[in-house]
Amino acid sequence: MALRTISIYRGDSGGGRFVDFQVDVEEGNVVLDVVLKVQAEQAPDLAVRWNCKAGRCGSCSAEINGHPRLMCMTRMSMFPADRPVYVAPLKTFPLVKDLVTDVSLNYQIAKTIPPFQPRPPDPDGLYRMSQEDVDRVQEFRRCIECFLCQNVCHVIRDHPENKARFYGPRWFVRLAELEMHPLDTADRRQLIREMAGVGFCNVTKCCTEVCPEHIKITDNAIIPLKERVVDLYFDPLRWLADRLKGKRPGAVGAQQ
Amino acid sequence: MAQRQAVAPPHRLGFAATLRRDTWWVEPALVLAALTVFFGYLTVSAFLDNWAFEIGPYLSPVFEPKLHGVYSQWWFSPALLILWGPAGFRLTCYYYRLAYGRSVFMSPPACAVGDLPPRYYGETRFPFILQNVHRYFLYVALVFIPLLWIGAIRGFHDPDEGWGVGLGSFMLVINAALLSLYTFSCHSLRHLVGGGLDCFSCSLYNRTRHRIWSWVSRLNANHRLYAWASLVFIVATDVYIRLVANGHITDPNTWSRF
Amino acid sequence: MPGYEVHEYDVLVVGAGGAGLRAAIAAAEEGARTAVVCKSLLGKAHTVMAEGGIAAALGTVDPDDNWRVHFRDTMRGGKLMNDWRMAMIHAQEAPERVLELERWGAVFDRTRDGRILQRPFGGHRYSRLAHVGDRTGLEMIRTLQQKAVALGIDVFMETTVSRILTDAGRVAGAVAYRRESGELLVFRARAVVLATGGVGKCYKITSNSWEYTGDGHSLAYWAGADLMDMEFVQFHPTGMVWPPSVRGILVTEGVRGEGGVLLNNKGERFMFNYIPEYYRAETAESVDEADRWYTDKRNNRRPPELLPRDVVARAINSEIKAGRGSPHGGVFLDIATRMGREQILRKLPGMYEQFLRLADVDITKEPMEVGPTMHYIMGGVRVDAETAATTVPGLYAAGEVAAGLHGANRLGGNSLSDLLVFGRRAGLHAARYAASLAQVPSISGDEIEEIANEMYAPFHCADGENPFSIQKELQETMQDLVGIVRTGDELKEALRRIQALKERAQRVSVPGNQQYNPGWHLAMDLRSLLTVAEGIALSALERKESRGAHTREDYPKEDPEQAKFNLVVRRNSDGEPVLEKVPRPELPEEVRKILEEA
Repeated sequence: MALRTISIYRGDSGGGRFVDFQVDVEEGNVVLDVVLKVQAEQAPDLAVRWNCKAGRCGSCSAEINGHPRLMCMTRMSMFPADRPVYVAPLKTFPLVKDLVTDVSLNYQIAKTIPPFQPRPPDPDGLYRMSQEDVDRVQEFRRCIECFLCQNVCHVIRDHPENKARFYGPRWFVRLAELEMHPLDTADRRQLIREMAGVGFCNVTKCCTEVCPEHIKITDNAIIPLKERVVDLYFDPLRWLADRLKGKRPGAVGAQQ
Repeated sequence: MAQRQAVAPPHRLGFAATLRRDTWWVEPALVLAALTVFFGYLTVSAFLDNWAFEIGPYLSPVFEPKLHGVYSQWWFSPALLILWGPAGFRLTCYYYRLAYGRSVFMSPPACAVGDLPPRYYGETRFPFILQNVHRYFLYVALVFIPLLWIGAIRGFHDPDEGWGVGLGSFMLVINAALLSLYTFSCHSLRHLVGGGLDCFSCSLYNRTRHRIWSWVSRLNANHRLYAWASLVFIVATDVYIRLVANGHITDPNTWSRF
Repeated sequence: MPGYEVHEYDVLVVGAGGAGLRAAIAAAEEGARTAVVCKSLLGKAHTVMAEGGIAAALGTVDPDDNWRVHFRDTMRGGKLMNDWRMAMIHAQEAPERVLELERWGAVFDRTRDGRILQRPFGGHRYSRLAHVGDRTGLEMIRTLQQKAVALGIDVFMETTVSRILTDAGRVAGAVAYRRESGELLVFRARAVVLATGGVGKCYKITSNSWEYTGDGHSLAYWAGADLMDMEFVQFHPTGMVWPPSVRGILVTEGVRGEGGVLLNNKGERFMFNYIPEYYRAETAESVDEADRWYTDKRNNRRPPELLPRDVVARAINSEIKAGRGSPHGGVFLDIATRMGREQILRKLPGMYEQFLRLADVDITKEPMEVGPTMHYIMGGVRVDAETAATTVPGLYAAGEVAAGLHGANRLGGNSLSDLLVFGRRAGLHAARYAASLAQVPSISGDEIEEIANEMYAPFHCADGENPFSIQKELQETMQDLVGIVRTGDELKEALRRIQALKERAQRVSVPGNQQYNPGWHLAMDLRSLLTVAEGIALSALERKESRGAHTREDYPKEDPEQAKFNLVVRRNSDGEPVLEKVPRPELPEEVRKILEEA
């Protein structure tokens, strides 16, 4: 047991401040333990989201000493004991109260993605897929929707006006999962470029850095999607062929 | 309910805005310094064709394939005729985009630190929309791989004295190897060899491409490492050969004339 | 009283875990106007914590498997206290429900020939658990969530239902509040499906999240429905024990399914000493036979580590009490010496991450320390096997909140299939019931006002009790007195304490305002926590035998006489719980035949 200071942001959309709390920290405590202890003993109205406390549900995202992390998987022992640990809400989403932000944007985006469209099953009514076919998809489906990648992505973090034209890393992971699903038959490349705005990503990889599930978001999802978009839109040979046939490749209402 | 703000307090918008308390600026500063030194040297080096860049079996890889003599009447270094290829490959490379995206354009300089541009369009507009041509630079870069290996083999064969070996020979081999690793770990190549497929097991053709994709994927995981190693080594090789060629140092080798 | 929004639906589903989402999908596909209400964000429900897999007799790994064997395993695991009809429907329909998930985009681990891979699990005779590494629950909830989004089902996130409204004994709707704003919401609904999960937050050491406060159990009970089998609370044998703050977090049974073994501090595989007579014929006698089983299931019997959870949990409890435990009061679970590092990382990545990050233990190199953790309640709302209907017309229940399928002890993997099979049935029959109603039941403004006054009371009570303290005391009471091994005296003491806590809970006060105020949320959850805690303790006191997950030190044997009834708790006209012994039906001849098949 050691008395430590945790400084938690308290406030709402109107503003607020960091409030220091002194807490007895036990061996092995994670930041979420300490926040919940503050809630139980000192501030019952301290707003915080959490569920599984084991890094599996992705509810307790916050910025700890400025780093986007899951509170339940961040040990207090990571930080020097003589200095306060600062816990702030995510930046990219509007603040509701204290550590809780309004992440509804993500659920709105989810509705715009064309769902899984499987091919017909084999004659016996079953689907067969080999493990090597599903390995890529399974990596993406590890996503726990903690939205840390959405939060850290500067395209929307520092430019809120881009929220209307850029889906963000989580949703590229979702799109990649559908596009690479061996059974899926839909082609979402036009959406990926024009609505999801994959071109806004400049591959600076902060999403990959913060992913608690260690999904290689940039290398395995976003860049492959960019390359699939190149196939459709930036391949001069295909462009020329289509022009000769009198088609305008991939043209569907210019962006912006 | 009050109007919700675009950014949750206590955060604010603006360049370098952050709640991070560590020295986040160190990494972009080091990367910026390294990019400046190495790419700066290579740019200058291409113009330094009056300062000897070959000796005996060794030719600086910066000048590979050798055009000097063929176009010696030109007022600028013929190396520029070929360097646009590798330069474009690196400039549009998915790793270098990260490196200069963070350290030069500072968008963002580090994760969870406010980025520099007041308006941001990423790669949706000119000039950055040109990043999409990366795969064409890849094709060009692939042409250089055999040329570099030929140069490396030539590094064991002195035009006058025949076969032998020296420290420079090894440097040319390592240089060719690192450039090959860098090229074969390219994200675009990974897509082209198999990443674009949705079903890997559906035919023998696809299974073969899956195997190649798996190799490229394994290399791709270290793309950053190869990007730096090959960059550092081409500079090191160029410097070494110039120093030998100008008599500043002696190359340990089996030949007798230098 | 504040104003409130009113929403109207045919079917209102409470809870967005596996059962709730599956019910909503079934109701929406049946044409009902459907909404889901959930306490957390969509996709965070406790189903994501399910790790090992979904039990379904697909027979992809063991072609001998079929629904009859699955049915038999389930009944035996439940010590024949199961509703046989539910167990049969479950075993018959589970494979189709799993294949359906695949059609909706789920990506299970594959066999070499491209079919769904199945792993062995405790109490299941064959490799039966369709899985995705150790994150099967996440795969399931994401698939259902995405299907629900595709169907355009309305979801009210971070909304808690406080009360079911009835009209002349039939469901008329529900009163709820938005956690974010504290605003009151009223639903007019022809039918309500409860899919709220379990009651874990009554206990101190539990694998369950804060959401598991017995809401659905209590909503049903308050609306007049029966709670059945509440004494059967499952302690999962393997929860983390160290460090203290992670105590109780689940360690999947998949570790043992993949070959992990339990060891005491002498390095003995002690489970060989705890094989019950009931399972002796099908359990390996020697370490050699047990190890051979993983590769040759036909000619060898199952390792004792894969006995049902109640057996393993009691064995671990005994080893610890006998002083053969690990340094931090658990036993050792070893996978490191049984499997290569690569394979562990592939099959158990979540466990690897969890131990490395939270306990500084690398499970590919060292054994884990594990001990029992409260995990699941077999008891719940009494439902009809075919329709999942409760005794209140228009009220349905599915998943952990419902009773019957698992009897006295649930087998691992049967929970996820339960959610799918009975979630679908509940949604389907709720939609049909809603369509059959000639007129919409009416809701009463007075009743809503009364409920609202009670809800907002903690803001007006100055200097009352801290809800967190009451919850903590309840958890300690249940952990100490209504745990794995129970005695009559302790249960009576528990009931006395619960009674005192109930009175204190009347006087809770919370600071701050209605906006996202966890203290206030807990103040309201306390009522359901106390309701279910009392139900568990009452039933446990009444069942004077040891059966399945219910172990009485003062009645250590199974008593055939007591297998003839289920215990039901319902609310009398004074609002107090009363117990009733409901006779169990005789098993039909054909069912008995299946059970006797070897």
